Amino acid sequence: MRLTQGQFSYLDDFTDEDIRVQAQYAIDQGWSVSVEYTDDPHPRNTYWEMWGHPMFDNPDAAAVVYEVNECRKLHGGKYIRVIAFDSSPGWESIRMSFIVNRPEVEPGFRLIRQEEEGRVVRYTIQSYACDRPEGQRYA
Amino acid sequence: MNSISTAKTVTGAKRYSAGVMKYAEMGYWEPDYEPKETDVIALFRITPQDGVDAVEAAAAVAGESSTATWTVVWTDRLTACEKYRAKAYRVDPVPNSEGEYFAYIAYDLDLFEGGSIANLTASIIGNVFGFKPLKALRLEDMRLPVAYVKTFQGPATGIVVERERLNCYGRPLLGATVKPKLGLSGRNYGRVVYEALRGGLDFTKDDENINSQPFMHWRDRFLYCMEAVTRASAATGEVKGTYLNVTAATMEDMYERAEFAKALGSVVIMIDLVIGYTAIQSMAKWARANDMILHLHRAGHSTYTRQRSHGVSFRVIAKWMRLAGVDHLHAGTVVGKLEGDPATTKGYYDIFREEYNPMTLENGIFFDQDWASLNKMMPVASGGIHAGQMHQLIHYLGEDVVLQFGGGTIGHPQGIAAGATANRVALEAMIYARNSGRDYYNEGPEILKEAAKKCAPLQQALDTWKDVTFDYASTDSPDFVPTPAVAV
Repeated sequence: MRLTQGQFSYLDDFTDEDIRVQAQYAIDQGWSVSVEYTDDPHPRNTYWEMWGHPMFDNPDAAAVVYEVNECRKLHGGKYIRVIAFDSSPGWESIRMSFIVNRPEVEPGFRLIRQEEEGRVVRYTIQSYACDRPEGQRYA
Repeated sequence: MNSISTAKTVTGAKRYSAGVMKYAEMGYWEPDYEPKETDVIALFRITPQDGVDAVEAAAAVAGESSTATWTVVWTDRLTACEKYRAKAYRVDPVPNSEGEYFAYIAYDLDLFEGGSIANLTASIIGNVFGFKPLKALRLEDMRLPVAYVKTFQGPATGIVVERERLNCYGRPLLGATVKPKLGLSGRNYGRVVYEALRGGLDFTKDDENINSQPFMHWRDRFLYCMEAVTRASAATGEVKGTYLNVTAATMEDMYERAEFAKALGSVVIMIDLVIGYTAIQSMAKWARANDMILHLHRAGHSTYTRQRSHGVSFRVIAKWMRLAGVDHLHAGTVVGKLEGDPATTKGYYDIFREEYNPMTLENGIFFDQDWASLNKMMPVASGGIHAGQMHQLIHYLGEDVVLQFGGGTIGHPQGIAAGATANRVALEAMIYARNSGRDYYNEGPEILKEAAKKCAPLQQALDTWKDVTFDYASTDSPDFVPTPAVAV
């Protein structure tokens, strides 16, 4: 399967130039860009690991591309995303999010159904990769 | 012909002698009145009967929507009656509309119960709309003071938290209404939901009239839909939702259905505007207490919003719904099959999404409006739109919007999932192009063509619907047109 979280997952995987262009857009809006990685791609896994703090005062998206590549050196077999924070009042949250690195094989998710009375089913989604402990998933 | 009189308020003992007196003389016309910051202000478009003076008509509207009756009553003197009288303070002829006038009326805040749309509307659009001396009456806009805004809950979730819950940023959300809207069994209905969501949509939607009918009872629909939603979520790794319509005959029924939707893990439920203001506020309160996104389908609004001379403008309905506390509300597409002049629609979108609306006459916004940090509503664009219009949709509607392609998904020649994928690819390609600085509005068709080279379903969508547009004159366009600074 292909994990399609993020705003560009239906396009081809991003090149460094794609990352630079989109990160520069975020920076030009006044947003802070940061890099995060995970080996638990569950749709409700909110907190991916932070690759450093958001780059609050960085004017140049080339630095984002550099950090993505640094992160790849250690976590190239995992998911890496770039996100942009907007601190303006009334928003104070994420404005952009896109995946820039994925594992070679994406095993996807198991759907567990717990059958209850009255035909009600309680659903649980589990990543197949999470069958193994953190740090030993994917590559 | 109507005149604009110079009537003055009668004062002293004469004011209260028994009998009938002109509204404008009873204190409902105060041309020197300066509205207080805490006043509610309503702007009405009035069309007086032939021979009825415009100021007297405006004063009558002020009177009938506040304290007046048709004759003088001495019991006024037991109250602080001057405070409770609504005051018409300005009457302007409507540009280019013979016989129509804009009447500005100010209401003291103490005339209204806090946090109650029902109470507000009982005054403002109560008896007064049937008043004989008027041919027609339309509520065009309202200024809601901060002190009053703060008595309302506002949208249960709001745009920011909705995005956080859905883990979806940086692009419009995508949806589709299940079609045919009536007749599918629960099992078949869920199939449409599954295909559309796994193909790339974020949401599917019940239509306004899907409740609990012989061909599909509500529990069956909820169970099959949530199977579809969760399967699609597992197939894509994304949070997905389907607007389960809980509209029903009684509040008890609606609460029962909403609780069941929650128990099944739905992130969103839906109600129709026809359930009424109080029921909407109750469901908004339930949605806030249960972490549920609340979608409102504006079923029925065109019966009173569409004609320019009589009824209530949709911009006022939008303001009331933001106070009442819904998260999603349909607001027009500009380019689709339903009514929607671009300038007027922009006014609606601003009311939904902005923290502060400055007066913008060319968009039909007559007052500065401070929303006092009330959550923002997500506008929904639905009705006759397709992937080939993506550049126009983003240009007119922006990023915080749900684009709903019902026919444009389900009618795809290669099937529902292919239709969904076509829409998602078109959307992401267009957002990519916009962010990278391209003139996406003018180069839109080119951008879509490039994206379609790598996505056969998008190419098929473009081929199928390439020239479909709905270009009819609008029945509700703004009265004020900006004068260009430079002659073109």
